[in-house]
Amino acid sequence: MITAERKPIQEIINFVSPYKNLLLVGCNECVTVCSAGGRKEVALLSSALQVASMKAGRIIHIQEMTLERQCDPEYVEQLVPYIDQADAVLSLACGCGVQEIARRFKDKMVFPGVNTKFMGASERPGVWAERCQGCGDCLLGVTGGICPIARCSKRLQNGPCGGSSKGKCEISPDVDCVWQLIWDRLKALGLEERYEAILPAKDWRSGRGGGPRKIVREDLM
Amino acid sequence: MKTESVLERMFKAGHLAVTSECGPPRGALPDKVREKAEMLRGYVDAVNVTDNQTAMVRMSSLTACILIRQMGLHPILQMVTRDRNRLALQSDLLGAYAFDINTMLCLSGDHPHFGDHPMAANVYDLDSIQLIQTVRTMRDQGKFQGGDEIANPPKMFIGAAANPFADPFELRVRRLAKKADAGADFIQTQCIYNLDKFEKWMEGVCKRRLHENLFIMAGITPLKSAGMARYMQKKVPGMDVPDALVQRLAALPKDKQAEEGITIAVETIERLKTVEGVHGFHIMAIEWEQRVPEIVRRAGLYPRPTV
Repeated sequence: MITAERKPIQEIINFVSPYKNLLLVGCNECVTVCSAGGRKEVALLSSALQVASMKAGRIIHIQEMTLERQCDPEYVEQLVPYIDQADAVLSLACGCGVQEIARRFKDKMVFPGVNTKFMGASERPGVWAERCQGCGDCLLGVTGGICPIARCSKRLQNGPCGGSSKGKCEISPDVDCVWQLIWDRLKALGLEERYEAILPAKDWRSGRGGGPRKIVREDLM
Repeated sequence: MKTESVLERMFKAGHLAVTSECGPPRGALPDKVREKAEMLRGYVDAVNVTDNQTAMVRMSSLTACILIRQMGLHPILQMVTRDRNRLALQSDLLGAYAFDINTMLCLSGDHPHFGDHPMAANVYDLDSIQLIQTVRTMRDQGKFQGGDEIANPPKMFIGAAANPFADPFELRVRRLAKKADAGADFIQTQCIYNLDKFEKWMEGVCKRRLHENLFIMAGITPLKSAGMARYMQKKVPGMDVPDALVQRLAALPKDKQAEEGITIAVETIERLKTVEGVHGFHIMAIEWEQRVPEIVRRAGLYPRPTV
């Protein structure tokens, strides 16, 4: 999923303080799962903004909405009956959702209420970790199902640097050395020889290096 | 001979080669570069020039290499893939070769986390092994990584690093094999303090006969004090300093520790000279270049042979 973290409250207050009528929109997908921008977080943030504006001697009206999927035009359309009453939109979706609102409602300012972080997985309750950088040319088939692009601090594709120590990355004892993980897994699978095949210089065009990306599926058009 | 490199000639003549390093200054100070390099004249065959080492901004490696080449010495251009993409790396190699610089070292480089610009984007368009492949393709096929022909391709003698002390240990010989396969001609190792572990690694290297096509230089860094030894032991990732060595220095009064550090370096060289597959020594005397001549003399590596 796409992970996100709510922005500091003061940053959000600074965004919305010029506005009296706010449409606060959550998303029922990834940001709900990572507890950053679902129905619950919309309600909590709404209360926090009400309290802050009362303290500042201002009145703010907040409409709360949580869409099924904010990155999907079909669901964003559901905001139509509410948008006219709003001076601005505060979105708790990932950057994709924020931009979908900006695209649909051209005369309405939209602010992000979360920082979109990465594509990751939940390691244990309350902890999410990066797993994929969307390079567009998946290597997992040759690296034992563990990604060095997303999970090596230097995105080294041919093995661990000299800073791998006791299974940890040189940048922090909290970061696993992904090449230790890959090696352990190749060994467990009896595929040690795979390590010695050199991965040549990567073609980054399939990733962000080729400019903004698009998937076009004519069979679905 | 693949190149005009003095290091290649030294190895192929069967001599133990000696290199040292010069870290460029953190300012536009060409005289600092010349001063450091001058101390090494006659005592080493070539001088490594570090590339923004420890991820701190310094005078560019290429510029310092040019200054050193103009002194009639032989620089080894260190290149990390952290700061520049494949376009920049290849164009610097053309520039280096235009100034008669023909020996280089391919590295991934320390992560920006450790340096003075931890907020910088880390590039890593290539990793160190892919850089080795790129430089070999430029030399042997006369082509850029992108496939186009090069007019007067740079003929570089290609170095790489190896750290026998990093984990996982069992992967370290395989990783060296990968660097050899990619096209490395010579290797400079991480500083060696745990000699037993280094020798165990070299056994693995020789068992796979990697030493027959790869010239391996053992990394030596003299310890200035017990404090430095402890710092290296505890704080520097991928460094293996045995307790016995720390204690040997700590047992002496502070003003005698530096001398002992030099003695340890000399003893290390003497022991490693006899290890199969060791083709030379890379003496990294960090901000202590003035002691390199003494180490080279005492280790019986002076005068340097002419080739």
